Amino acid sequence: MSPQKPKTAERVLLQGSEACVRGAIAAGCKFYAGYPITPATEIMELMSRRLPLEGGVFIQMEDEIASIGATIGASLGGMKAMTATSGPGFSLMQEHISFAAMAEVPCVIVNVMRGGPSTGLPTRAAQGDVMQARWGAHGDHPILVVAPSSATEFFDLTVKAFNLAERYRSPVIVLADEVVAHTRESVTLPSVDEIEIEDRPKPTMPPEWYSPYKDPGTGIPPMAAFGDGYRFHVTGLMHDINGYPTDRQDETQELMMRLFNKISKDFHLLQWYDAYEDNEAEVMVIAYGSVARSALQAVRQAREKGLPVGLLKLKMLWPFMRRTVIPYLQSSRKVIVPEMNMGQLSREVKRVNQGACEIVTLNKVDGRMLTPAEILASIEEAFE
Amino acid sequence: MNGRQHPIHQYLRSSKRFPHVWCPGCGIGILLGALIRAIDANGYSKDDIALISGIGCAGRLPVYLDFNTLHTTHGRALTFATGIKLAKPDMQVITVMGDGDAASIGGNHLIHSARRNIDITAIVVNNQIYGMTGGQASPTTPFGLTTASSPYGHLEHPFDISKLVEAAGAVFVARSTVYHARALEKLISQAMKKKGFSVVEVMSPCVTHYGKMTGMASAVEMMQWQKDNTVSAAKAQEMDSSALEGRIVTGVLVDIEKPTFHEEHARLWAEAGK
Repeated sequence: MSPQKPKTAERVLLQGSEACVRGAIAAGCKFYAGYPITPATEIMELMSRRLPLEGGVFIQMEDEIASIGATIGASLGGMKAMTATSGPGFSLMQEHISFAAMAEVPCVIVNVMRGGPSTGLPTRAAQGDVMQARWGAHGDHPILVVAPSSATEFFDLTVKAFNLAERYRSPVIVLADEVVAHTRESVTLPSVDEIEIEDRPKPTMPPEWYSPYKDPGTGIPPMAAFGDGYRFHVTGLMHDINGYPTDRQDETQELMMRLFNKISKDFHLLQWYDAYEDNEAEVMVIAYGSVARSALQAVRQAREKGLPVGLLKLKMLWPFMRRTVIPYLQSSRKVIVPEMNMGQLSREVKRVNQGACEIVTLNKVDGRMLTPAEILASIEEAFE
Repeated sequence: MNGRQHPIHQYLRSSKRFPHVWCPGCGIGILLGALIRAIDANGYSKDDIALISGIGCAGRLPVYLDFNTLHTTHGRALTFATGIKLAKPDMQVITVMGDGDAASIGGNHLIHSARRNIDITAIVVNNQIYGMTGGQASPTTPFGLTTASSPYGHLEHPFDISKLVEAAGAVFVARSTVYHARALEKLISQAMKKKGFSVVEVMSPCVTHYGKMTGMASAVEMMQWQKDNTVSAAKAQEMDSSALEGRIVTGVLVDIEKPTFHEEHARLWAEAGK
């Protein structure tokens, strides 16, 4: 396989996992560490072929804890880095996601969700890790989670995940599901010029003036790489602006507030969604991942039957896009939230709803994807 | 202060709040000194050193030193170090771990780093106990010893860390004690020069906990014990296993040649034309 960086846009047949890998490479990913796990193994295997050809490094680690540890290490060494896994491996990675949030090390973690709990259904789709992606890692911390529903979005959101990681110096999770990762479909890849790439802020001051965790006013301190002449300390302990451990109340408060505010100040920029058929919709479906595709077909079938129903497809799950969702809750009579879990994102929808409309949940946990027919039945019921 | 400065000072962080966290009589400070002297003797630039630790008393070592320093999670120093080494292959990457850190929670990473032969120098501070959490049994605690978590005597048998990493494929393995500070310094210097995964096991007294559990009340007594119970690797070859029972065998234990992960990866790049 030769390196592929299209100068012009091209239309290709890709599996979701392949689109993810191409997106990562396009975003400048130079390091991948991983451990085999179904249904995310394809991402690792493709990386093992592609990265050495791109001047990058691939390494198969001894477990998922080591995979994300090496990923964080490579990022501290200045490389854009990622790992990919599924539920059981994602659970093992949680401690290091917390570390990356605390030490502010950019990295991308792809979780191709499969049926759970535990080993569950390795080859079947689910969306059971929505809350784990938000709250799985210990301690209070912000997190960024995007969710693709197609191979095209898997490419696009992987690029954007790297950009978010670099921009906010934060771990970013790409929460895909087995259907999205394994479906092979036609993808129009953008040309290199069309792809927007962001890089972490770098220090411009001389090393003796550098404080690695000092807020430059943006909430995001410039990040030197190890070995670049800025010798500094990185720790998972609460730290002062020099990175040295502290338990002082004022320094703790300042760091915690900065960690949260650097992302919350940009909530208005982090509203990533597509709305379909939402014009004068009495009923809205709110969906994400592969379920959003079934939902779109169901909504279009319902429209053909004359039912005023629309779809809000969420491409960013965390932070929860309340400023996008709330207007739909206020303008709709009912909102249907279909999910391949027992109701995870619907909890958030209910939380921000505050009685504005009726929330209907549609849950499926038998390892099979939600079909358009099932969602259509739920829509028709909403109009009865 | 005017006048000449001790050579160690240029390696200490002037901006870091002292005193350090270690108890009086702890051996980690002696290791710190030996590590600095070894780095100085090898002539490395401070910018080229990455010093990575896990959690525990030994984990607190890097923060005092003016290098690229990283204090990671419990047991995982080698995983972060692997990423750094691969991103910055020209850096001298050193990890400092305790016995619980390296051989218990991080045991998997220790053996796989050795198997992979990643070019990292791993210093394992073995005080045979969990110090920071208050004296619980570690994977190197002797059988039968009463500790905070084995009040009726330890029911398990200890690891020999050096033998473990030798079996896992480390190309350089050495052991010393903090009593033998000069020898320790030379072994660390050798280990850092060695291409591939090198391990220096440092026997270090924990007066506060291990001393209390074994009835050795002072650092001097524990150092004396180290001195009296140490056997050189050369001499140990002439002794039978019963005579070596409870003794610390010091010196270079393994020194072999094997291609490193990075050399193999560089070959891959060359073949790919990158």
